[in-house]
Amino acid sequence: MIVELGHLSLILALMVSVATVLLSFEGARRGHVASLAWSPRLSIIQFVLVSASFAALTYAYVTSDFSVLNVALHSHTEKPLIYKISGVWGNHEGSLLFWALVLTLYAAAVSVFGGKLTPSFKARALGFQSLVTSGFLLFMITTSNPFLRIDPPALQGNGLNPLLQDPALAFHPPLLYLGYVGLAVVFSFSLAALVEGRVDKRWASNVRPWALLAWGLLTGGIALGSWWAYYELGWGGWWFWDPVENASFMPWLAGTALIHSVTVVEKREALKSWTVLLAILAFSLSLIGTFIVRSGVLTSVHAFAVDPERGVFILGFLAVVIGGSLTLFAMRANLLKPKGQFEIISREGSLVFNNLFLVTVLFTVFLGTLYPLFVDAILGEKLSVGAPYFEATFIPLFIPILFAMVLGPIMAWKKASLRATLYRLKYVAIASVVFVALVAWMTSTYEVLALLGLALGLWVLFGVLWSVADGMSLGRVSLASSYNRLRGFTLGRWGMFVAHLGIAITVLGIAVSATWSDETLANLRVGEGADVGAYHFRLDGLQPVAGPNYSAVRAFFSVSKIGDTSQEITVLMPEERTFWSPPTQTTEVAIYSMLKGDLYAVIGNETQGGRWSARLYFKPLITWIWFGGILMMLGALLSMFDRSARRSDGEDK
Amino acid sequence: MRYRFFIPLAIFAIAAIAFYMGLSLNPNQIPSAKVGKPVPEFNTPALYGGEADFSSSNLRGSGYQLVNIFASWCVPCREEHPILMALKQRGVVINGFNYKDTPEKGRQFLESLGNPYDLIGQDQNGRVAIDWGTSGVPETFVVNNKGEIIFQHIGPLTRAVVAAEILPRIEGGIESDADE
Repeated sequence: MIVELGHLSLILALMVSVATVLLSFEGARRGHVASLAWSPRLSIIQFVLVSASFAALTYAYVTSDFSVLNVALHSHTEKPLIYKISGVWGNHEGSLLFWALVLTLYAAAVSVFGGKLTPSFKARALGFQSLVTSGFLLFMITTSNPFLRIDPPALQGNGLNPLLQDPALAFHPPLLYLGYVGLAVVFSFSLAALVEGRVDKRWASNVRPWALLAWGLLTGGIALGSWWAYYELGWGGWWFWDPVENASFMPWLAGTALIHSVTVVEKREALKSWTVLLAILAFSLSLIGTFIVRSGVLTSVHAFAVDPERGVFILGFLAVVIGGSLTLFAMRANLLKPKGQFEIISREGSLVFNNLFLVTVLFTVFLGTLYPLFVDAILGEKLSVGAPYFEATFIPLFIPILFAMVLGPIMAWKKASLRATLYRLKYVAIASVVFVALVAWMTSTYEVLALLGLALGLWVLFGVLWSVADGMSLGRVSLASSYNRLRGFTLGRWGMFVAHLGIAITVLGIAVSATWSDETLANLRVGEGADVGAYHFRLDGLQPVAGPNYSAVRAFFSVSKIGDTSQEITVLMPEERTFWSPPTQTTEVAIYSMLKGDLYAVIGNETQGGRWSARLYFKPLITWIWFGGILMMLGALLSMFDRSARRSDGEDK
Repeated sequence: MRYRFFIPLAIFAIAAIAFYMGLSLNPNQIPSAKVGKPVPEFNTPALYGGEADFSSSNLRGSGYQLVNIFASWCVPCREEHPILMALKQRGVVINGFNYKDTPEKGRQFLESLGNPYDLIGQDQNGRVAIDWGTSGVPETFVVNNKGEIIFQHIGPLTRAVVAAEILPRIEGGIESDADE
């Protein structure tokens, strides 16, 4: 009964969203006040209806109602409750419902919090948002309905894959989707602005918080996913450039460009059509990411051939949304006349530089990701262009971005001097170079790329710290007035510092862990040990472990500093698990995280004569990679809460 | 001047048409250019110092065998690796190219997952793989006793492909030669 109510609610939501579209556009065109007032109300009703629907599906999962096909396919009575719930969005149909839920949640949030928007603009934005929602709901109801029943009901569910039962994996998609879909708000605002032919300061300060929110959540989602890959897959890597990762990375790149260009619109009323185009691009990429890569519908032609209905609908939907918005852009963008003029060397110029490089990176990642998909589509085979392609293109493009990241924020708007800017950063440059030289000398490492990465990370780190000190006029005025200046920093400025600091931390984590990791492959008997960098791992024992549907061998490694074996740092307990149906072997990595690095152990098979193969690592600063991600997310949230009223007459002007 | 605003739309339209055409192509219509031809000339240094280099002469007149292209950074290669190990157990001769990878990483890869290969050539810049008509990794070729490529598989090997395409060619080939 509850499932049927959920189904009904979904159909009602589709009807209401179509009604919102018609009412909003027609009301805005005629300036009909009553209709305009109903547009936000209907958006809230959509959210209530989709929430009811989502709650009904969750109920079916929690109670293990195997008469529902979707539940029977993707759940199991023996799953812990939390994974029953995460199972709701862990499949194609459920993830679409989650998308629709978040879309309507954002629309409802715009309805409630978008007080400063003019009624007609708000209605048009909600109209576009509801148009996307309608597409999603129609897709679900016609081809991917999660509420279909089976008769007779299944006795047991089919979805007990213990590999996927992991907290990071359970909460990675929702965070990512919150980010993806947040870009829909920016998209809707951009289309509404195209229709009204007006992009100005006000528009930018209305869009900015949504763009930052979406970007921050996307950053968090990506970081969580990469962390999962690091501790779960057991290869010691943390980013594999596989299509699923790239699908989230591409909207992130577009979003990064967007949050920078929208600032230029807000402060200087320039880069208007470019910003609108970026907003369209960012959301288009999240749609492409969701449909083509993430949902598994078009990851292979097989799915397309088996289910042509879905494939055609998806391609049609993408064509309508992306093609339609680009058509609107082509016809209306000429109305967005830039007001602010600027020289190439200026704050605006540096942001254009940032945008050009980010979009180039985006383009190369897009090519590298889609090429295997094309091969898959045409030849029906999966292959990998892999890390060498991405590293060869990505790294050289990111070097100038990181270099310019420190220059841009301290340049003046309109016109600046490159020489003067560089001169101001002389101590930052000297400090970075001296530090790198010391590290190179002490570790006898002379790899250019490694040292360059380290230097750039330090350049950004010191650059941010210097900018804070410079903003306080530290040393030039009394400490008390420096402190007063510090307190006068807007949240937007703090947000930028924190997010840029996050980039520095992540870059340092990447550069240091890639260069100075220690790795030892050992064949050990119980009681024997191996040295890994400055640490000694001793195999203390092995123990058989029986899991619910697997058997495992658990190894115990006690780790200590070399030369000080009495002081045990930790005991690592990696496992080698053998599942019997289907027969698969998996490794459970054991990790001990310290600020200076991770101790990491993987146990392999018994080789001969009671010896066990093991891979033992010390990975310096690796957790900094994700810590930096958290800082970026935090920076975006700080900046988001900066009220535009204060910003427009803040010291940045 | 305002025509530049149509550029994004035009790019999207071209990409959409290409994608649609790509999807409607029949996979079987694209023949592999290298199948039926002798193996290309190559000579690659051994992955392990001290072992014999891997060159085209190793594949001529030395029986039916597999040539597999792999890399440590390639995720699907890890996926197919157990199948290669099983083929080796069965007595199939497998040679490999370590593609666009450093020798250290290639060796690490094999040490942690097992080494199914007889000869392993180090193809650091991917030059040799181009001659084999490879567009990515992994790929697997069946070479007959005359040194001709008789089958090419793009992407990771699966049990089904091995049973239907690889084993009949290798074991069937060996038997038919014995009959002659």
